[in-house]
Amino acid sequence: MSVAAPPAGAAAPATGIESPAARLLMRRHRLRWWETLPWLAGIAFYFAAPDYLGFGCDLLVTILFALSLDLALGYAGIITLGHAAFFGVGAYTVGMLASYNIWTEPITSLLLAATTAGAVGFLSGLVLLRTTGLTLLMLTLCTMSLLYEAANMGAAYTGGFDGLPSLPIGPVFGVFEFNPLYADTQYLFALGVLLVCFVFVRTLVYSPFGQSLTGIRENVLRMHAIGSPVRHRLIVCYTISAALAGIAGALSAQTTAFVNLAVLGLDRAATVLIVLILGGYGRLYGAFIGAVVYLALEHFLAQLYPTAWQLGLGLLLVLISLFARNGILGLGDTLWRRFRPRRGTS
Amino acid sequence: MNFVADFAGILLGGLAAGTVLFIVSVGLSVTMGLMGFVNLAHGAFAMFGGYIIVLAMNRAHFGFAVSLVLGFIATAALSVVLERTLYRRLYRGGELDQVLFTIGLIFIFIATLIIVVGPESQTLQLPPALAGQLNLGLLTYRTYSIFLIVIGLLIALGIWLTFERTRIGGQIRATVDNRRMAESLGIDVDRLFTITFAFGSGMAGLGGGLGAEFLGLDPQYPLKYLVYFLIVVSVGGLGSVIGVYYASLILGVLDFVLTLYLPKGGTIFIYILTILILLARPQGLLGRKEL
Repeated sequence: MSVAAPPAGAAAPATGIESPAARLLMRRHRLRWWETLPWLAGIAFYFAAPDYLGFGCDLLVTILFALSLDLALGYAGIITLGHAAFFGVGAYTVGMLASYNIWTEPITSLLLAATTAGAVGFLSGLVLLRTTGLTLLMLTLCTMSLLYEAANMGAAYTGGFDGLPSLPIGPVFGVFEFNPLYADTQYLFALGVLLVCFVFVRTLVYSPFGQSLTGIRENVLRMHAIGSPVRHRLIVCYTISAALAGIAGALSAQTTAFVNLAVLGLDRAATVLIVLILGGYGRLYGAFIGAVVYLALEHFLAQLYPTAWQLGLGLLLVLISLFARNGILGLGDTLWRRFRPRRGTS
Repeated sequence: MNFVADFAGILLGGLAAGTVLFIVSVGLSVTMGLMGFVNLAHGAFAMFGGYIIVLAMNRAHFGFAVSLVLGFIATAALSVVLERTLYRRLYRGGELDQVLFTIGLIFIFIATLIIVVGPESQTLQLPPALAGQLNLGLLTYRTYSIFLIVIGLLIALGIWLTFERTRIGGQIRATVDNRRMAESLGIDVDRLFTITFAFGSGMAGLGGGLGAEFLGLDPQYPLKYLVYFLIVVSVGGLGSVIGVYYASLILGVLDFVLTLYLPKGGTIFIYILTILILLARPQGLLGRKEL
């Protein structure tokens, strides 16, 4: 990067490659050693906890879903209460294709689900993203409720509350069969899909496109002023986010071989929001941390003490929103800054 | 003749349900208009008030009117405490934090009620004067529904007059329109907000009790009706009492008719209508605030 005319003035900061700011900027995209840890943990989980692979699948699906929401909410600042709409569309795409034996090959099914959910995201984004704030919140919520009621109305095809059980899912690559009793293939398949999607999202948010999304979140007026096509960017981002959510929903339908109305419910939309904010939004690994913490707590507490779990969750949400604005990772950042040995910066 | 009676019956039932929605949501509309605070926990206050009213009648055997007053005061008091200690920290926070905070509050309310009172749903024992049927000439209809519709009309009229004719109403309207300008003119927005928040929550509590007949009353109440409260407020327009009144009545009648004739998924039309209205008028039917 060449600077044509270095800023004049006595207190001008050091420019060029050597300045701390430049080094920081250049370091941002680099892969860090710890970025391999989640994947190593994912593989370790496969060998260490063979009895919990069903739970593991649930975890991977939740991470992917939260990651898709992070793209829209954390990066582009689109506040949505209805993200389960796309999760549900993806899940029903795979579910209905499989249930009526139209198409059961898992990878192409995922792509189909992504396309359908992406299309719904594009069409709704086209009209919804003209609004902001409460109106946007309401419109996303209503869109989800609308799809929910539509699925309820078409219960003859969607199975309604009872859902579509025992979906036949074809073998992965034509070789690896999904075993309904033992979720080992499902787990590895989900892990692979999550890895591919994660690499995609990571590349996207560090690209100029991703940077412009952050700009829109931080100061939409300024982005308009510098000539950024704000609405266009938002629609593209919303569509991608919807497609990823669709993949998450499809993955959920495939790994559990089941889909019902709950995939479109407010519960699911609220849960993924909580997961993401718990972990920390606008940062790639918030989805991972949030999903692990939330699901682990839910899995081990909710079955034993459902009411206490709800009370604890409520208290946790209130505390996080009041004191830890950016979730667990944000809290970690703050602590890290406070206790890190100070290095001279000048 | 029979058709007319049927039609009137449906209309009255829908209007009564809509009136309940109005009593619960009107406070939400005003407080959201004032502070722009996304308070999803408003339904939790309605539930709290409803429980106070029902329990005061069923367990402590207070009279109907006394219980209503008690429910109003208790809910208003609780809301002031929460507003002073917790809500106010988030006025300058983002919508996301507000959403998260109020969802957390809903969970706390639900769990606390399950622990203290129990998970079963509560029923309102109507006083004998309101429990019967009322002869309206053309048809006889449940006295309580007529009572609710009249009460709702009086409340709407009262709040509207307060808004249009009193000093504090003028201050509220000014603040909803332009908060900074109102503050510059010396209006104590903080105090104004606390008062309206307390009053709105008290009304919600009242609505929770009065509407136990129509909306039911169980610990899941704030989540079950969250979408309806938000629809009423956003369609009616933030800070617009009359807008919320109309929106509530329309939603009440629509919901009544649709669940009667299209029990499976009929409410889809409510969502379609809401989306269309909000796309055409993002600020709501009668809202003046630019969003």
